[in-house]
Amino acid sequence: MAAAHLPTTEFDQTDLDGSLEAAAEMAQGEPEAPMVQLLDAEGRRREDPTFGPYATDLDGEALKAFYRDMASVRRFDQEATALQRQGELALWVQLTGQEAAQIGSGRATAPQDYIFPTYREHGVALTRGVDMSELLKLFRGVANGGWDPTATNFHLYTLVLAAQVPHAVGYAMGIQRDQKMDAALAPAATVAYFGDGASSEGDVHESMVFAASYKAPVVFFCQNNHWAISVPFEVQSRIPLSNRAQGYGFPGIRVDGNDVIAVHAVTKWALERARAGEGPVLIEAFTYRLGAHTTADDPTKYRHSAEEDAWRAKDPLLRLEKYLRSEGLADDAFFAEVAEEGKQLAAYVRKATLEMANPDIRSAFANVYAQAHPLVEEETAWFEKYEAGFTDAEGENA
Amino acid sequence: MSTLTLSKAINSGLRRAMDDDPKVVLLGEDIGKLGGVFRVTDGLQKDFGAHRVIDTPLAEAGIIGTAVGLAYRGYRPVCEIQFDGFIYPGFDQIVSQVAKLHYRTRGAVKMPITIRVPFGGGIGAVEHHSESPEAYFAHTAGLRVISCSNPQDAHLMIRQAIACDDPVLFFEPKRRYWTKADVDESLALDSFPMGSARIAAAGTDATLVAYGPLVQTALDAATAAADEGISLEVIDLRSLSPIDFDTVEASVRRTGRLVVTHEAQQSFGIGAEIAASITERCFYHLEAAPERVTGFDVPYPPAKLEEHYLPDLDRILDAVDRVMGRPNSLSGQGL
Repeated sequence: MAAAHLPTTEFDQTDLDGSLEAAAEMAQGEPEAPMVQLLDAEGRRREDPTFGPYATDLDGEALKAFYRDMASVRRFDQEATALQRQGELALWVQLTGQEAAQIGSGRATAPQDYIFPTYREHGVALTRGVDMSELLKLFRGVANGGWDPTATNFHLYTLVLAAQVPHAVGYAMGIQRDQKMDAALAPAATVAYFGDGASSEGDVHESMVFAASYKAPVVFFCQNNHWAISVPFEVQSRIPLSNRAQGYGFPGIRVDGNDVIAVHAVTKWALERARAGEGPVLIEAFTYRLGAHTTADDPTKYRHSAEEDAWRAKDPLLRLEKYLRSEGLADDAFFAEVAEEGKQLAAYVRKATLEMANPDIRSAFANVYAQAHPLVEEETAWFEKYEAGFTDAEGENA
Repeated sequence: MSTLTLSKAINSGLRRAMDDDPKVVLLGEDIGKLGGVFRVTDGLQKDFGAHRVIDTPLAEAGIIGTAVGLAYRGYRPVCEIQFDGFIYPGFDQIVSQVAKLHYRTRGAVKMPITIRVPFGGGIGAVEHHSESPEAYFAHTAGLRVISCSNPQDAHLMIRQAIACDDPVLFFEPKRRYWTKADVDESLALDSFPMGSARIAAAGTDATLVAYGPLVQTALDAATAAADEGISLEVIDLRSLSPIDFDTVEASVRRTGRLVVTHEAQQSFGIGAEIAASITERCFYHLEAAPERVTGFDVPYPPAKLEEHYLPDLDRILDAVDRVMGRPNSLSGQGL
C-alpha cells in the first residue's frame, strides 16, 4: 500500500509524463495540512482567527510597500540573471516566486534581530537595507562574502546547506545571556532561513534540539520551494515540514508562502513570541521556486512545465496587485512608479557590478587570522618577492 | 605555587578565564554537574551557573555551531569535545565555519572559540577514544592548534587560547591528565607567546621534537640516551599551527639531526611537515635524513595492542640510533 504513494525519482523517457504528473500532483501539497492564508491567489482577503489580528495594522501604504519590495527584488533577480548570462557573474541563484516569503518575513524583523540566510534570501537582504550590489560580489568572484554583516544584522550567505542554522541558535543563546546581564536590553530574536532540501541536514535537527532545550529566541523559517535542485520535496519529507516542530516541542506553522500578508503576520507572531522568551517556532512557508535552482540548472530535465504554470497562477505579486486594485489602494500610476524604481535598481546594480574591481591578490592573505600569524606573514612575503622578480630595472612588470 | 594535576591545572585556567571575562562560556556534554568525563570542568557550573557552564544536548555539530553563534554575539565559547574520536560530527562546522568566518567577513566578525579535545591513547580505552586527529585541523587555514604537555603550560595555554581572538583547537594529553607538578598561577599570560615551542631539555647530538603526551616519553628517552653518552635536545612544540620552526631550526643547526615523534599516523602528519620544512630551511646542516617515530598508518588498534602502536622509549631511541649512524633495528648489525 505504502509503496503506491512513493514518489518516483528516477524517470525514464517512457513514463516521463506520468511520473512528472504524479510529482506535480504531490507538489500541490498534502490537502490535510492546514495552511495559514490571509490573501488568496485571486487577491481576496481571508479570515484567520489566530493570525488575522497580526495583519490588522497593515494599511494601504504598508501593503503598497510590500508590493514595492517584491517587485524591486524580482526586477533585481532578472538583472542578476541577465548579468550571469552576459558573463558578468559566474553563477546566479534565482528567487523568483519566493518574494512574498522573503519580503513578508524580512519586514517582520526588527533592527536588533539577527538574520542568518542561506544563499537565496535576496528579498530578505533588501528588507534589511543591504546594498543589493554587494550580494553579487560572491557570485562575481571578487569576495567570499561581500558585505559587512554587522552593519545590518544580516549574516553572509552560507553555501554549506543548513550550516548557518545552529549559528542562529547560538546567537539567540547569546541574546538570552546578554538579557540576563542587562535587563534593559531591547528584546531580540534571530531568524534562521533554510529550505526544504536543507531541512534534511543534521544541522537543522541539532539546531532544533538545542533551541527547544534552551527555549532560545529563534524563528526557524523554512521556505519549502518544493525542489532541492532536481529532487522533489516528497523525498525530503513525507509530512508537512511544519509538523516536525511538534516532535521537538515547539509550534510549527505552515503558511502560504506566496501570501505576503500571511507570511508577515505569522513571522511577526513568531518573533514577538521568541522575543518574549517563549521559545522557538518553525514556520514552513509553502512556496515555489519558479526559476531554476541556479543559472547552471535546467528544470526541464526533471519537472513539468504544467507544474510551473500551476504555481504561476499563485504568483505572489499578481495576487497583491489584484487586491490593491480591487480595493482602490493603488492605480496604474503606482505600478508604473514601482516599475520605474525597479529599473533604477537594476541599472544601479548593473553599473556597480561592471565597476567592481578585481581584488588585489594580497587581500587573499588578509584576515585569515585576527592576530599575527607567522606562516601567513612568511607566505605573503614570499609571494611579494616572487612577484617582484618579474619586475625589470625600470619598475615595469615584465 | 601549588601542586596540581594537569586536569586541575586546566580547571584552574578555565576558572581564571571565567573570572576575568564574563563573556567566557563553556559548552559540552556532561561538563556541568558531572564536571566532564575527565572532571576537567569540575565545580565550575556550581560556581558560575548553568548559563555559563552549559550542559549541551549530545550533538557535536550543535556544540560547535552554537558556539559560532555565541562568538558572533560577542562571547568567548570554550567547547569540550568529550573524546578525540567524537570530533568528526563537528568537523564541517570547524573547518567550513569556525575557520573561515573571520576571513569571509573581512574581519568584521571574530571567532574566539576554544575547542578542547582530550586526545591520544595509552589508557586502555575502547575504540574511538584514543585518536590523534590534530593534523586535520593543523591543515586548515584559519585555525590555531596547540597541545600542552605539563600542568604549568596547561594552565597558561588554556588561558591563552581563550584570550586569543582566533579559534584554537586545544589538544589535551589525556594519559597525562593525572601528572602532577608545581604550577605558578600568578605567571603572566604572556610569559611565553602562545605559538612558541619550548626547549624541554638541552642537548647537542640530536634534536627530538614532540608535543602533548609524548613530551614526557621524549624526556625519558633523553635520560636513557644520556646513559649511553648521547645528548638529546628535546623540543616541546606546544603549538602545531603555527609551528615554531625558528626554534626547531636553530636546534637542528646545532645538532645536525632531527627526530620527530607523535602518536598520530605518520603519513601527511605533523612529523612530515616538520621534516620537510626543516630540510628546506637547513638542508646543509643535516648530518642524516630526518626520522619520524609515529603511530602506524592503520586505524587505532584495540587497546591490548596499543603498546605496540604507540611510539615508546625504545622506538624513539632506535630512531636516534639511526640518525646517529649507530647500530639499530634496521641496520642489520644487530643491537
